[in-house]
Amino acid sequence: MFENAKTAFLFGGIFMFVVAYLWEGYLPLSHLNEMKVETMEELTADVLPEFEELAEVYPKEFKEYYGEPTSEAMAEALILGKKVYTQEACWHCHSQFIRPVSNEATRYGPVSLAKEYSNEMNYPHLFGTRRVGPDLIRENGKHSNDWHVAHFYNPQMVVPVSVMPAYVWLYDETVDPPVPNKKGMAIITYVQWLGSWLNKDGNKLNNTGKAPLADEIETETDKKLAELQNGDSK
Amino acid sequence: MSTMSMPSQAIPKDDARPFVEYAFVKGHFAWGYFWFMFAIIGGFLYAGQFLQAYLLPGIEWLSPGRVRMIHTQGVAYGFIANCFLGALYWAVPRLTGQRVTHKYLGYFILYAWNALTLISVVGILFGEAQALEWGENPVWIDPVVLVGLACAAAQFTPALWKTKGKLHYVSIWYFSGALAWTGLVYFMGNFGPEYWAVGTGGAALTGLYIHDLVGLFVTPIGWGLMYYFVPILINKPIWSHKLSLLGFWGLAFFYPLQGIHHFLYSPIPMYAQYGAVVTTIAIEIVVTTVVINFFATLRKREAFMVNSLPVRWFYTGMILYFITCLQCSFQVTLTFQKIIHFTDWVVGHAHLVMFGVFGFWIMGMIEYLWPKVTKAGEWYSNHLSHWSYWLMGIGLIIMFSTLTIAGLVQGYLWRDLAVFEASISASVPFWWARYFSGLMILIGAFITAFNMYKTAEMGRAK
Repeated sequence: MFENAKTAFLFGGIFMFVVAYLWEGYLPLSHLNEMKVETMEELTADVLPEFEELAEVYPKEFKEYYGEPTSEAMAEALILGKKVYTQEACWHCHSQFIRPVSNEATRYGPVSLAKEYSNEMNYPHLFGTRRVGPDLIRENGKHSNDWHVAHFYNPQMVVPVSVMPAYVWLYDETVDPPVPNKKGMAIITYVQWLGSWLNKDGNKLNNTGKAPLADEIETETDKKLAELQNGDSK
Repeated sequence: MSTMSMPSQAIPKDDARPFVEYAFVKGHFAWGYFWFMFAIIGGFLYAGQFLQAYLLPGIEWLSPGRVRMIHTQGVAYGFIANCFLGALYWAVPRLTGQRVTHKYLGYFILYAWNALTLISVVGILFGEAQALEWGENPVWIDPVVLVGLACAAAQFTPALWKTKGKLHYVSIWYFSGALAWTGLVYFMGNFGPEYWAVGTGGAALTGLYIHDLVGLFVTPIGWGLMYYFVPILINKPIWSHKLSLLGFWGLAFFYPLQGIHHFLYSPIPMYAQYGAVVTTIAIEIVVTTVVINFFATLRKREAFMVNSLPVRWFYTGMILYFITCLQCSFQVTLTFQKIIHFTDWVVGHAHLVMFGVFGFWIMGMIEYLWPKVTKAGEWYSNHLSHWSYWLMGIGLIIMFSTLTIAGLVQGYLWRDLAVFEASISASVPFWWARYFSGLMILIGAFITAFNMYKTAEMGRAK
């Protein structure tokens, strides 16, 4: 029975795949799906200060590309920024999650929680599997817009040993000095947005170097997921 | 059961159609090798970026990030898929005593699959990539790829299922399983994170996809072909049929469960991570039985390792497979993950398994079959074939070892909170070594390309 093409196809192939999906796919998803998926409107309810700053520093260009720095404009910039991040494969060299080990919380900031990724910007997620450059999920507040403008244009200008390529096509080079174009402003908005939710007032994520403890988290769902993430259900 | 060696079913004589369609073996091998060259040129270019010496800087559509994506796409869908299809056109009719479903379907698959790969590559270069590891081909082409996979299943599954007798040879199970898995895996991995699994849940599915593509498409077809080619080439049945049974069902049972080990210590619930770790360690025990089976088969035939280049490619691949799997059972533990995750260690591992194992097996199959399907009878130059073996073999081992050490250096520098730039500066010597090992592989690949071209020319002249 086990030495037959049909058994291999139907039982080994299809049935075992379904079993694996139920265990390693459906089961974790059933827990994670208890979280609400935040919409773009909710994500952009507060306009990012860095986005507003782009409008102040490049008034003419910003007006042309995005109009006023409203929530809708920011949503547009975030979506375009993620597209740039995807098409340039930024995610192949920069991860987007902080682990509770290897002193990552000291280096980058609080350990990542599932709820941080439960929003419309994470279809698909951009966790990444390699760090040629540093993790970016806590990028907000680490560098100024000006730093990013210089860095995307020529990374070695600000980080001499960097092996990141220059992204000159994200700039309008007809002016001197070059000014980020629509895509350039979008990618800056996107990386500045990463982790910005932690720098808002009333944020309760700790930075103990471990995944947050359940009693520091507000909702029941988040508590349960933090317990599952820590692998202990006390 | 021990009497069950290679099946030798009678070939029907009342049918004028060729039993094995040489054109498809040849066509898929030629395209596969083209994509191989394409992919490793891309990989070589990309490796230059790590030395601040990218050869084509400042061109948007040739940006290193995009070239990195076509490197892996070219390897998975261009090189490995094509060469496996070519080898299946050779092995399946001979194993099953049945013709593949249809000649025209064969032409359709050959042209459509390569057109798909080409469109994916162009799409990626012009910014249409999907943010999914091993699935960077644009999301709008995914449904068409699924149709292509269904065509491949329709081409081979009927022959496999029609095989006479209740007990089928082990290769047939592997092929049959892989043809079922590949489409399912592709569907889950390319659509799940994009449409129905957000964020962390999507990462769980991505993990399954990354791993299943290697484990449920490349691995079973690769081993199925080894179970076919090795006994024929060394003229001896496989040592233990029972061990092969353990190997296949162990793979079917444990492999689909492992994917989340690509995202350990992520916010994915820990029980799923533990499940992945335990099943990964479990399968290493199973694959060891497969490796034992093949090395026991080689007993008293060791001279083939010296005298037969295809056998040498196959068994070199198997030694590297054993190293890969041994490495795997350590690196998958949470202890190792603390240091090596996100580092070049993983990149070394990926090259070891995709090129050192499956790439080498494909090189062995090309070595064996190319003179046959081109009707040349022999290679243009055996000397060049040997040069290719040694250049690629030594190149790959240098690449794997330097990346592995680089990974440890990076991991410990990160843990010890050195500034991030320190991990880059410390990696540069290793990246230079990787660059030159890549150059060795590239030269080896060009040598075989030249040899294949000349051999095909000889075949045409006959």
